[in-house]
Amino acid sequence: MTNETRSYPGARTPDRTRRVDADGVGIAVHEWGKESDPVVFLVHGGSDFARTFDVFAAKIADAGWRAVAWDHRGHGDSDYATLYSWDADIRDALAVMTSTTSQPAPVVAHSKGGALMMQLAEASSYRVSKMVNIDGMPSKRRMPDVPDHDQSRLLAGEIGSWLDYRHDAPTAIRKPGTLEDLAQRRAKMNPRLSIEWLEYLVTVGARHDSDGWRWKLDPTMRFGGFGPWRPEWSALRMASLTMPFLGLLGTVDEPMGWGARARDVMPWIPQGGRLEVLEDVGHFIHIEEPDRVSAMVLEFLS
Amino acid sequence: MSTVHLQHNRVTLALHCIKEGTGRPLLLLHGLSESAANMSSLRVAWNGPIWALDFTGHGQSSVPRGGGYSAEILMADVDVTLRHIGEATIVGRGLGGYIAFLIAGARPQLVRGAVIMDGPGLSGGAIQATSSSEIAITDRPGTTPDPWALIELSRDARPPNYAVTFVHLATTGSSLDEPIAVTCKVTPPWVEAIRAEPGVMTDISMQDALDIFAAS
Repeated sequence: MTNETRSYPGARTPDRTRRVDADGVGIAVHEWGKESDPVVFLVHGGSDFARTFDVFAAKIADAGWRAVAWDHRGHGDSDYATLYSWDADIRDALAVMTSTTSQPAPVVAHSKGGALMMQLAEASSYRVSKMVNIDGMPSKRRMPDVPDHDQSRLLAGEIGSWLDYRHDAPTAIRKPGTLEDLAQRRAKMNPRLSIEWLEYLVTVGARHDSDGWRWKLDPTMRFGGFGPWRPEWSALRMASLTMPFLGLLGTVDEPMGWGARARDVMPWIPQGGRLEVLEDVGHFIHIEEPDRVSAMVLEFLS
Repeated sequence: MSTVHLQHNRVTLALHCIKEGTGRPLLLLHGLSESAANMSSLRVAWNGPIWALDFTGHGQSSVPRGGGYSAEILMADVDVTLRHIGEATIVGRGLGGYIAFLIAGARPQLVRGAVIMDGPGLSGGAIQATSSSEIAITDRPGTTPDPWALIELSRDARPPNYAVTFVHLATTGSSLDEPIAVTCKVTPPWVEAIRAEPGVMTDISMQDALDIFAAS
């Protein structure tokens, strides 16, 4: 087994890593920039990990910020948990924030991370001084346009499939592959990101076992599915935010995206907040356009 | 009372046999902060075997680190149980009543009638977005009931239209005309919503509902 490595232009290994105990779940924290610089929290989305900020965080740190990101439970180098939930993710986030600073700090959050941080900021506004939400704003769930009785049948299948998955979870193991295999698999969910970047991500987000590379993501986790949560609840929380707010949206739909459109989001932008729409950009706005987005974020934070 | 241990992902569930017998089993589901031991004193006439489950973080089942509970996870506890005991009739008290109802919609071929009774955790949390609060527990003993279970399962969202969806799933997938029985006096919005749906028995006692399900 050899330790294959990849480099990527502008990507930088964190300056420091540490672990935070979040009620028995070890959370891996990654930091870029001087410890004495002002803190900004970077929050990744579902199935991602903190090192996906390796380019973006370096740009923020070079502008004089201490960029602090963490792997959500079950993601990256954080512990696998027994249970996963929105509230548990928020508590883990609070544990990381508490371990970093007692002062309110800005948050830059992507996708599911954005929705999580809006709930955290609404519940604990004293923690968050400014909020940048990168395509983590709510929209109606996309569902095929089919009659109600067929919708029920689809839901029944979805629930049954989720329950079956829970049965198989104890023996679940991620499929091994070459570095190139894993990058190609991720490309199906991240079709707009370059293979060079995805191969780099494998070297920081997967582990190299004797039989090949495996993504570190807990194999018992399954995204999507069903539940009582409604996207409009997140919209109500967004409208309640009182700190300065910047929302960023791309115009190109992607498999991991939420399908949010400016017309859906605008009515819920908090008072005084603003929404920027980037043309011909997909869901991973800060990865596709790191220079442009970091400049916008730094201008907003300044 | 004998106990078997079942694996639900990283949780070890304790399933207790309260009464041996042959025929279709009856499964008892406890309320929030209770355990199977509380259900063993329930006065119930049933010819077949009777089982009682300790939910995740309750009774003799294991306690996960760092919480993360949801009603849907407990529904999956019951699904693991049904794989072990086979098709069953279910009686649930409080939180257990809500879980019995959910699994009746999720696995209508495996649930031959679900009875919802009054008890702790019947109401659940919000039915829409509300001002939320974030809570930290600094010293957790690791014993049951898990404080995170009490906090998270007492405020899990139960929108009425979500509950109604499960009635439709139950009535569509079950061979029974009325696979749900509501016996509770307390009627939070989700119960109020399902009471109005076809396929749900109301104004009936727990034992009468069980007699109907037993004869089906």
